[in-house]
Amino acid sequence: MNPIIANLLTEPVGVSHYVVVGAFMFTCGVLCMATKRNALGILMGIEMVLNGANLNFIAFGSRYLRNDANSLGLDGQLISLFVIVLAAAEAAVALAIVLNFYNNTGSIDVDGADQLRG
Amino acid sequence: MDPSWLPKLLALAWLTPLASFVLILFFGKHMGSHGKGAGLLATTAIVFSAVCSFTALFGVWLPNHPLQDASHHSAQHEEVDSHAGVSVPIRLVAAEAEGYGHAGHATGEHGEHANNAAPKYITADWYELGVFGKLKLTIGYYIDALTVAMFCMVSLIASCVHIYALGYMHDELHDFTDPEVTLTSGENLKRPGRYYRFFQYLSLFCFSMFGIVIAGNIAMVFVFWELVGICSYFLIGFYIERKSASTAANKAFIVNRVGDFGMLIGLMALWSSLGTFSFGDMTNEQGEVTEQGMFSLLRTEENDYHLQPTAGMVFEGDRFPECNCATGGSGDTASAGEASGSGELHAKPPTKNHAGQWLLLVAGVGIFCGCVGKSAQFPLLTWLPDAMEGPTPVSALVHSATMVAAGVYLVGRFFPVLSPEALLVIAYTGCITLFVAATIAITATDIKRVLAYSTISQLGYMMLALGLGGWIAGMFHLITHAFFKSLLFMCSGSVIHGVHTNDMTEMGGLRKKMPITAYTMLVGCLAIIGAGVPLMGIGFSGYYSKDAIIEQAFSFGVSNPRHWILQWAPVAGAFITAFYMFRLWYMTFAGKPRNQERYDHAHESPRVMTAPLVLLAVFALGVGWAFPGTNLKVTNLLEQARPVGTLVTSHGELLPALVIPNEHDAHNFLVPAGLWAFGTAASGLLLATMIYLWDFGLRPEELKRTFKPLHSWLWNKWYFDEIYEWIFIKPTKMFSGWISWIDRNIFDSIIHSSAAICKGGSKVVDAIVDRTLVDGTVNTLARGTWDTGLWLRKIQTGSLRQYVMFIAAGTILLFVAISFVQNI
Repeated sequence: MNPIIANLLTEPVGVSHYVVVGAFMFTCGVLCMATKRNALGILMGIEMVLNGANLNFIAFGSRYLRNDANSLGLDGQLISLFVIVLAAAEAAVALAIVLNFYNNTGSIDVDGADQLRG
Repeated sequence: MDPSWLPKLLALAWLTPLASFVLILFFGKHMGSHGKGAGLLATTAIVFSAVCSFTALFGVWLPNHPLQDASHHSAQHEEVDSHAGVSVPIRLVAAEAEGYGHAGHATGEHGEHANNAAPKYITADWYELGVFGKLKLTIGYYIDALTVAMFCMVSLIASCVHIYALGYMHDELHDFTDPEVTLTSGENLKRPGRYYRFFQYLSLFCFSMFGIVIAGNIAMVFVFWELVGICSYFLIGFYIERKSASTAANKAFIVNRVGDFGMLIGLMALWSSLGTFSFGDMTNEQGEVTEQGMFSLLRTEENDYHLQPTAGMVFEGDRFPECNCATGGSGDTASAGEASGSGELHAKPPTKNHAGQWLLLVAGVGIFCGCVGKSAQFPLLTWLPDAMEGPTPVSALVHSATMVAAGVYLVGRFFPVLSPEALLVIAYTGCITLFVAATIAITATDIKRVLAYSTISQLGYMMLALGLGGWIAGMFHLITHAFFKSLLFMCSGSVIHGVHTNDMTEMGGLRKKMPITAYTMLVGCLAIIGAGVPLMGIGFSGYYSKDAIIEQAFSFGVSNPRHWILQWAPVAGAFITAFYMFRLWYMTFAGKPRNQERYDHAHESPRVMTAPLVLLAVFALGVGWAFPGTNLKVTNLLEQARPVGTLVTSHGELLPALVIPNEHDAHNFLVPAGLWAFGTAASGLLLATMIYLWDFGLRPEELKRTFKPLHSWLWNKWYFDEIYEWIFIKPTKMFSGWISWIDRNIFDSIIHSSAAICKGGSKVVDAIVDRTLVDGTVNTLARGTWDTGLWLRKIQTGSLRQYVMFIAAGTILLFVAISFVQNI
């Protein structure tokens, strides 16, 4: 068995585990964006990418997981809050685009939006 | 007033016409209809100049320099003998035996007969134009009695001319139809009047002439000399549409350039040997001499004001071989002063400096060449009669007080630098001129041309007088002549204005129609022939000056028997002058009208024209007189400006036999000269009366037939124009024809073939370099860019998901790359 994975499974929960989960979420989000043809699915992928990143900030900002000297402290949590706010705003704008897109084409299949093809 | 006012007043008189010129130049068109106000402005300016000049004379100069009677001077020279004794002061007697001076004319006892020092003058620079090494060009002034006298004469005559022109030029106040210019359509040229432009040029002309007179150095003279030339060009060509006028203007300008070429040579000779252009010594505030002028360099006090070439004028090897002090640097004038000063002269008399004398001759004759051109002397006399194409006030100004006077004035101003040999050249030129021009005047029928030739002849008189050593006589004649000649010209203008023709054969009997013109002109005629009571000293102005010239000629002729022609030419000239002047007067004003129609239309000119005539007639009559009860007299004023070193008889170095007699000796010939002058003038007058007034059997037409060859010789003006046409113009044209043939056939073909070769070569270069290399590079680059663009186009699919893939893959690649770089 891969020694890194073995370590993860054996040692107590720390930053590494959070980071792994965040990376997993990020990858899932990117794959979701790359594979989904449904515009809403792509929005969900974006949310997942953002939250994967948020998880990292939280983990690095936590004083329980890391000792005080290395911790980002409240900064990490604040940045997460910003990201959440921005994600909300972004979702609102994106949903408006999607609605318009639907009005124009009658579907929300993003493969139909290729007018900018070179 | 203090003498320091002199330069200020004269500068004011000098610059006022310039201000008027500038104002008229910019605003002339808007000064009333066709610039009527411009005439008034210019006239006011010149009258103001005249006021300044006369203030300078009577308010500043005369109170500071009281006049002495010149005749008192001559009393000192009773001992003058007929063997042309040179007068050498006692101080130099020791040098005589050692070869200095002229051993053949040893005199010793004339110790009291000292040479004269420089006249009282003030000189300074106003403005430095530039310094180029040792060459310094400045605007400065040199004011002595001659300057002041000239200022008064020029400004007074110019004022009269301006006032006269106000009336004479009235045709230009409205649209002017030129009767002498016919257009191709058969009509006469019609153009707007140019009244303002006429006065603009007149103002510039006066400014230039004042500039020559006030100039403190010969370079400044040259500048204003050329300005006068260009003004005369503008004014002679005032009716520019007339072919004859534009040709005459060109002729005047080009002929003057010929003379100026010689003048430039003279300037170079002077500057390269003396290192200065200025006339007088520059002094600082303490009165110490800071910079010597050319007069004091050439006529040093140590040398008793005799003309002597400076060290800079001698060949290096000839220059006082044993004396070190003068060997340093040619043109080092300071060392020349040392050499002749401090008793050096007695110890080591200067060797006969022939090289220096030749250089002085070149300089003198060179400067004189310019004067030949300006004063229309032989052989450059042909421009002046043609200059009659200008309006008559211009003729009056140009041919009396300004342009032609400038030449005589410069010879007079330059007198101390002229060596006896140069003076002889001047005398012979003047002699030939006076005779040639006088004879041509006999047959001319154009009233203005008679006066033009008379002007040339009188200028010849002045040059002759100066060349014979008669400085006062020449300058005095310049001033008297200016008055009566401007009077004569303006009278002729008044006649032309009245009868609308220049041709005397269509006039006659006009004295009844225009009495003021007729009798003022009679005064002018009597003045120019020198009418007066012989031996009594009472006469018209010309009487004094002409007698002075003839006295000087007699004095010269006795000293130099081989130059007898210089003695008798002015006498013969007096006869011819009297003849042609009264021929003119009789043909115009006496007898019966020859053209009844013109006679009927003739009328006296308006008062604005006759008033200056009367004023000038008064001056023509009395300018030679002493002011009653005083010794205020033009000759006494001029005596104050007598050039340095001219009170003794001088001898030629190159022509040892040549003697230029002292002017005061001329009074010994008062009786013979006076009788000869009176006799010839009276017989000329009598002959003219017999032929043209009395029906005496001598009819002009018969005489013309009898002397057919002589008449046609004179009628064609000695064939001067034809000779010049054959000698200069035809060969020049032929030569330029050849040159142009060579140009067209040889040079042009060379140029054309080289052009063809260039064209062929550049085609090859075009094919190889431009098309292949340069274009190839650019095209390849363009095609590469195009292809890359086409290829990259495929990446932009427009599919959102693919873009996300690219982003993800790109990010991963970036990380991979960074990890690689960090590991290295």
